[in-house]
Amino acid sequence: MSAKHVNPTRMELTRLKKKLVTAMRGYKLLKDKRDELMRQFLELVRENKALREKVEAGIQEANQNFVLARASMSQEALNVALMAPKQEVYLEAETRNVMSVEIPVFHSTTRSPDPSDIYSYGLAFTSGDLDDAVKKLADLLPDLLRLAEIEKSCQLMAAEIEKTRRRVNALEHVVIPETQQNIRYITMKLDENERSSQTRLMKVKDMMLESAHHYSERAAIKEAES
Amino acid sequence: MYKIAVMGDQDSIYGFAALGLEPFSVTDPQEAERTLRDLAQGEYAVIYITEALAAQIEPAIDRYRSAGLPAIILIPGASGNTGRGMTAVKKSVEQAVGSDIIFGGE
Repeated sequence: MSAKHVNPTRMELTRLKKKLVTAMRGYKLLKDKRDELMRQFLELVRENKALREKVEAGIQEANQNFVLARASMSQEALNVALMAPKQEVYLEAETRNVMSVEIPVFHSTTRSPDPSDIYSYGLAFTSGDLDDAVKKLADLLPDLLRLAEIEKSCQLMAAEIEKTRRRVNALEHVVIPETQQNIRYITMKLDENERSSQTRLMKVKDMMLESAHHYSERAAIKEAES
Repeated sequence: MYKIAVMGDQDSIYGFAALGLEPFSVTDPQEAERTLRDLAQGEYAVIYITEALAAQIEPAIDRYRSAGLPAIILIPGASGNTGRGMTAVKKSVEQAVGSDIIFGGE
């Protein structure tokens, strides 16, 4: 039985039937959206995992080199070497629309095109480990940017998938069954009304014929004669 | 035109400064939250943050999960990999799929 009370009228029935058609169509569309989002998300998240493993390993290695560099240089020398960077990275952020989710796409540009500009110090007073560390990080930078792009996309898509899944479930398990139930209820109620007025009419007709022709009195007289 | 920021303790981030990312050396959680808010409102599209620092300001980071920009990405710091970054990816999977099907209960 439906939780809400519905008016058993023809107008309500037409309205509910229209609602059911819309709900069905929405359900199909949303289900397709969810499936497609899920497919793309799983592809993306696998890439995300692989990339993150790679980046984490890379940073770990670079950090080891930094530790070595720090061991063989004084803190001041290290600060002097790194505190005035020559290179700068800018990002151009665009968005790409994947199944109505706006995911970011980054294009990076560096201030100077020379790849050796990552070394912001002279090579005379610094340890070779520092060069290694900076070089490793620089090699990692494209992956780091790609990771940012993919991980953000994954987060956004995950949120959208959750929302879509809720909507699909609400339609599938609440809205559509409830509407169908209500439609059945109204149809039965209308049929019932129809039958009851039919019987009432038949009864009235009988009564009118009776009062016009006095069938039962005539039948009684015939009984008495025979 | 956006820039890239790196947040964390001094030892973990100064290498990134050489590459042209902007380092923000913070260790205090309250200050980190303030810095994160300022950076997110500013012209930074990507903010890398060390796992150790991120662990202390998790609610502040979660606020930006569903926002378009900035992308806040965890990176391991000098003190080692804590696996928080992977946990964040795992969280996305659980949110989307309902259960973890990629990491196989690692």
